[in-house]
This record gives sequence, structure tokens and C-alpha cells, in this order.
Amino acid sequence: MIEIRGLGMYFGKFQALSNVSLSVEAGEKVVICGPSGSGKSTLIRCINRLEEHSSGQLFVDGVEIGEETRNIRNVRMEIGMVFQQFNLFPHLTVLDNLTVGPVRVRKMSRRDAERRARKYLQRVHIPEQADKYPSQLSGGQQQRVAIARSLCMEPKIMLFDEPTSALDPEMINEVLDVMVELASTGMTMICVTHEMGFARKVADKMVFMEEGEIIETAPPEEFFNHPRSKRCQMFLDKVLEH
Amino acid sequence: MWTRFFTRKVHWADIIVVAVLVLFFGYIWIQIDGKLNYKWQWERIPTYLFRYDEDSERWVANVLIQGLLTTIRISIFASLLAIVLGVILGMARTAKNLTVRMLARTYLELLRNIPPLVIIFIFFFFLSEQVVTALNIESWAYAVSRSENVAIWEFFFGDMRRFPSLISGVIVLALFESAFVGEIVRSGIESVSKGQREAAQSLAMRWRDEMQIVVLPQAFRKILPPLANQFIVLIKDSAIISLVSVQDLTLRAVELANSTRMLFETWITVAVLYFVLCFGLSMLFRWLENRAKLVPD
Repeated sequence: MIEIRGLGMYFGKFQALSNVSLSVEAGEKVVICGPSGSGKSTLIRCINRLEEHSSGQLFVDGVEIGEETRNIRNVRMEIGMVFQQFNLFPHLTVLDNLTVGPVRVRKMSRRDAERRARKYLQRVHIPEQADKYPSQLSGGQQQRVAIARSLCMEPKIMLFDEPTSALDPEMINEVLDVMVELASTGMTMICVTHEMGFARKVADKMVFMEEGEIIETAPPEEFFNHPRSKRCQMFLDKVLEH
Repeated sequence: MWTRFFTRKVHWADIIVVAVLVLFFGYIWIQIDGKLNYKWQWERIPTYLFRYDEDSERWVANVLIQGLLTTIRISIFASLLAIVLGVILGMARTAKNLTVRMLARTYLELLRNIPPLVIIFIFFFFLSEQVVTALNIESWAYAVSRSENVAIWEFFFGDMRRFPSLISGVIVLALFESAFVGEIVRSGIESVSKGQREAAQSLAMRWRDEMQIVVLPQAFRKILPPLANQFIVLIKDSAIISLVSVQDLTLRAVELANSTRMLFETWITVAVLYFVLCFGLSMLFRWLENRAKLVPD
């Protein structure tokens, strides 16, 4: 589904990614962790080309992403993205946030789009908030709306960029629950997160990054119990201490 | 607010300031009244606002009100056009494409660094001599002025025989103001967070939808107050197109003052008309803004 080969990327002189290779199968759940500034977000933002990589190759569903990609929009239609800061459209109601993609991009009729929107609001357990504005919802509810907004495009892949990092602690679980449920539907997911409990529960593959490189890739049991690299061990000790 | 104003203690310095002002204006008054031997004719001014038409037996607008209406028409049309041009300019200024950005920057810097009067002369003579003639607007306007539904046209554009000069004035003013509107729009677009645009892009929106649905509606909410203010500035700036013989309030005042010798009365009246229009609008906009704040977004 996603094939990354030797990806490199610079912000000016700073090397954000160097020689990153990773492949994700359809239906696979990959959790990426690592200290801040290690390039985790940059990596998943390259997948739907919110960042442009400077070397290496990146394929999504067989299509190479790069300068020559004729229609990046066709690729983006198949990739949902959930941001740390939700990025809901504040001037639109929850329902409009959800329907705007299907109506404008997928050229769906308003009625069908609304039906679909209500279905996914149900899926994220807030069907009653459809007519409110994002600012009237709690952080956890907003993030669930953001997940529903991405799902309304019925993508093949979902990318999560630290979806719980901006939330109050008591709201983290309601978002993680939705993500666990989503994982059980067979969606291909790549999550950047520090929620190790969630990772243990859903991940097929754990990826540890540091300073723009992938240090370790392993199945979760092996990753949590017998990490091969020292740096990964140190990171896990810090995160799992409490 | 007023009760607080009056119950506040009057300081001795305030009395001195007021006294100085009274003396100053009193002195000027004496100069005009005594030494200049100026004959005030305020009683004649109302007839230049409205006059009684014997033929149709009703009150009709006379030169000053006609001029005021022309000023209002020009300001409205020029503002609409300036907003269209300004939005395009603002988007061009924030575009990814370097050529587009450079073109927008060039346009902006040209308009900002040449005196408005010079711009107006250049554009006006180009427009009225070349474009208006080329498009045959003159003969079209004359045809309309003799047609049957002339009333509708005159409601929007005034005397149709003056249409070519009106339209040139509107375009010139709009070009000039679009530079400022463009900068306001740019600031609005830049105030929309990067995350909003990324969310739009990750939903696979086209650039057009991203702008129309996500960026511009949010930008406009923020820039409405400065845009309203720019509209008032445009009304005041519109006075300079009287120099290219558009019959706005200022030109009508020049003609009236020259023909009747009522210099002070005419210009004071005109000043009051401009003030009432602009101040009234600014109060209206402030009221609307306060009301908008009561609605949660």
C-alpha cells in the first residue's frame, strides 16, 4: 500500500529525514514513536505531500509521489489525515465540516453526503453534535469530528499526527477508543503517537525514529520486550516509567 | 457616557483651552466679517440643495445634492470593483507561483509610490481617450439616454450623457484603491492558520475550493472592519476625480462657488455633507461590528 525507499528531506540546512525506508501493507497498523524533532510528523506529512521530500522514492498504492505526480489530489483523496491541532473549519458547523469534502471533492449530492456524515458521526459517538460549531465542543469531541471528517472521504489509508497530544488527559481515551474501533475495521493506519498502551493494543508494526532516521522496526511484542537498539531501550524506559 | 462627562470636574486648564479657542475663532470671524467685508448669503444655500420644479410641480435635487448622489454612486461602484480587484491582488500576493507574486508586487508598488493625482491623470486620459472611445461607450450611453427605460439606468448611473466620464472615474478610483484593499486582503489571508490550509489540502480540495470555502470566509471575517474603513477613505479620495471633470460633489461645489461667489457657504456646506456621509457610515459600521460580536462564531 505504501512503499518508502531511502527518503531524505531538508528544512533549509537541517536534515529532517535521512534514508528512511518503510513499507506498509494494506490493513496494516503502524505506530511511529520517538523523541520530539525526530522526523515522525515530517515522515507522515510526506506521504500526502504536505511536505516535499528531496531524495528517495515514495509510492502510495502504486503511484509515485513527487514533482511529477500529475494529480496529487487523486492520491490525497485516498489518504485521510488527522492533525494534532484538529484543524476543523471554525466557520462551518460540524455537519458542514464533514460534508464539504464529499460534496466538493467527490462531487456527491448534499443528501448523500449528509447521510454519510451522520453515519460517521455515529461511528465516533457524537451524532447529537451535528449542528454545533467546533468551538462549542470539547477538545476530545473536536478530534473525533476531525476523524469523522477524514473518514467521510472513505480513504484507504488514515494518517494520525499525534492526535492526542493537544488534549486534556481525561479526553485522551475517548479519542483512542475511536481509533481502536477504526483499527478493527481493517483500515490501513499510520499513527505518530506516544500512547504506548494504544500501540500495544493495535500495532502490527512499531517504528522508532531518532534524528530523522528509523532506528528500529519490529512487531510490538519484540519492540516492547526486547528492543535491539540501546537508544530505543532508553526511550521506552522514559515513556513507560509511570 | 455623557453624564460621566459632565459630572467630571472641569479643570482650570480646560477653561483656558476653551477661552483660547473662542478667542481664535472670534478673531477669524471678525477678520472675515469686518475686514474682508464678506456678505454672508446662507439663505441661498438651500435652493442649491433642492429646488422646486415648476413643470413637474415637485421638489428635485439641485447641483449640490446631485453632486452628492454622484459621489455616492461612484464610491459604491468603485468599492465593488476595488474589492474584486483587491481580492485577486491579495490572492496573487500570497500565491505560490513566483511570477504571479512578482506581478502583484509590481502593480502594488507602482500604485503606492506614485501620487494618486498623477495616477488618475494617466489612467483617466488613457481610459477616456482610448478605451472609452474604442468601446464606443459614448454613443451607447447617448442611445440609452434617449431610450424608454432611461429611468432605471439613471437611478444607477445618474445622467446617462455623463456616463463615459462616470465610468472612467469609477475605474480609475477602483484601480487606485485596489492596491490598499489588496494589502488588507493579503493580511486577512495570512491570518488564516497554516493548519486550515493543510486540512483543506489533505481533503484533496482544489486550490479554488480551498480559497473559496476555507480561507476567504475566515479572512473576510477578520478584515471586515478595515475594509469598511477603506470604503470611507475611498469616499474622501473620490473628491480628486473632480479634477478630471467627473461631476461629483467637489466639482459641483467648485462650479457653484465660482458662479455665485458664495465661497464660504458653499465649501462649509460641502464639508458638512461629506462629514455627515462619512461619519454616519463609520457609526453604522461600528454598530454593525458590535452587533456581530454578540453572535458567537
